[in-house]
Amino acid sequence: MELKLDHYNKDGIEIVDVGGEIDVYTAPRLRELLIELVTQGHYRLVVNMEKVEFLDSTGLGVLVGGLKRVRAHDGSLDLVCTQERILKIFRITGLTKVFGIYETVDKAIEERKSER
Amino acid sequence: MTTVQVSFTPLPAHVRTARLIAVAVARRSGVDESLLDEVRLAVGEACSRAVEAHREQYPGEPVRVAFDSHDGRFEIEVANAGLVAPSGSGPASDPVAGAAAAPGFSLAVIAGLADDVRISESPAGTRVTMSWPLSGSLAAGSPA
Repeated sequence: MELKLDHYNKDGIEIVDVGGEIDVYTAPRLRELLIELVTQGHYRLVVNMEKVEFLDSTGLGVLVGGLKRVRAHDGSLDLVCTQERILKIFRITGLTKVFGIYETVDKAIEERKSER
Repeated sequence: MTTVQVSFTPLPAHVRTARLIAVAVARRSGVDESLLDEVRLAVGEACSRAVEAHREQYPGEPVRVAFDSHDGRFEIEVANAGLVAPSGSGPASDPVAGAAAAPGFSLAVIAGLADDVRISESPAGTRVTMSWPLSGSLAAGSPA
């Protein structure tokens, strides 16, 4: 399944809905979107991965790159993911300690709003 | 015994095809359903590394993938010409600082998924060999 990308703003946080497969072929599109959002001044991002069917290390690299970009502006990039097969990749690579990973978009937003 | 060999032009689009074939052959060979996601991801990682190596150094050479089952194990070998670029800082150090360290993540993912991983590098190229156990009845040679 091809990568599907969408984004919208909720409570001042840009939500990026991702669906399908994030791999060496499709990850550049996600990278371009994250760069575009940061360029537009969106420094608080939540990437919703609930509809992601496949994620590889190229996708991880793109997410880490996005995190690096928003942190340069004191921003944040959190993830929404409850799928065990996706979470496993974050655990293997130790990235569960790097990203905030939440069960729902609303919980991710709540957490960020409480920090303000 | 199952032997399937695939070679493909080193383009990212073909990595997905290699993943699909890997799962199909693994299932037919008798790898437990619960391990198929791991096979799919590990093959994708190894093929991505190989494609990266070929695109930089040998764009005209195909990436070769071989699937085999013997001695109760399902084995996949991904071979590429040339060496894969150094993995940079990798996930063990600072993943945020090393944002472009996808090759480091790649090895970490493969090592975390496959039951048994061997990587051999020589001037001729790199071979990543991974294997998983076959389930009992099929490993013994019963029809699927």
